[in-house]
Amino acid sequence: MDALDWTGLLALAFFGGMAGGLLGVGGGILFVPALVIFSGESQLGAEATSLVAIVLVSIVGTWRQRRYGNVRLRDGLIVGLLSPLGVLAGVVLANVVPERALELSFAAVQLCLAWQLARQVGLPSRLAKR
Amino acid sequence: MSRGLRLAAIATAAGAFSGLFGVGGGTVIVPLLVLWLAYQQREATGTSLSAIVVIGGLAAVAQAAYGNVHLGKGLLIGVPGAVGVVAGTAVQQRVSERAVAAAFIVLLLVSAAVLIF
Repeated sequence: MDALDWTGLLALAFFGGMAGGLLGVGGGILFVPALVIFSGESQLGAEATSLVAIVLVSIVGTWRQRRYGNVRLRDGLIVGLLSPLGVLAGVVLANVVPERALELSFAAVQLCLAWQLARQVGLPSRLAKR
Repeated sequence: MSRGLRLAAIATAAGAFSGLFGVGGGTVIVPLLVLWLAYQQREATGTSLSAIVVIGGLAAVAQAAYGNVHLGKGLLIGVPGAVGVVAGTAVQQRVSERAVAAAFIVLLLVSAAVLIF
């Protein structure tokens, strides 16, 4: 990894975390491409490795959000503790589908999120008015 | 649908998303908390993060069992990510939501394009 790779990796990591704070996500949607593009990870390896960063980010994020009174811890824990079935299904599936299919569906999720976000802030209608 | 059942449905959907894509599942949790359980947006983001601690942890363990996790690289991303989340929660009240969303959209589009091509 050269200096450019390091810069890209750290910048995307920072933005991913920032998105976590603002949108309540773990930041994986940027951590995964950061690992694929700048550190030569496979899609599957990047997805698995991204989860480590997500745990760190969500712990810190929960701590900060709690100070603003934004966390309903009971509901959060219930959702977390009821998730194993889904998690297991997802992980097993990720390990059996072809790498390219995983990559393309991940990109599709990114595009959906970009669209959803754009609609949320009214971007399409603003562009249409021009 | 009862409240418990709704939470279970959110948990399963978010878990599958997290395991399959290596994300936290917040993109599923936040809108569903708002839609199904009448959460305010900020409450939904905070509560989602607390759920992700558990979901992400479980998914990490499952992926580690397959031998796919690179702990060192995960921490390398996680530390600047943690700094980012502190900045993100701090500016949530101050910075225009639209400006941040626009920056985020650009990053999503560019990295999606790189993954595709």
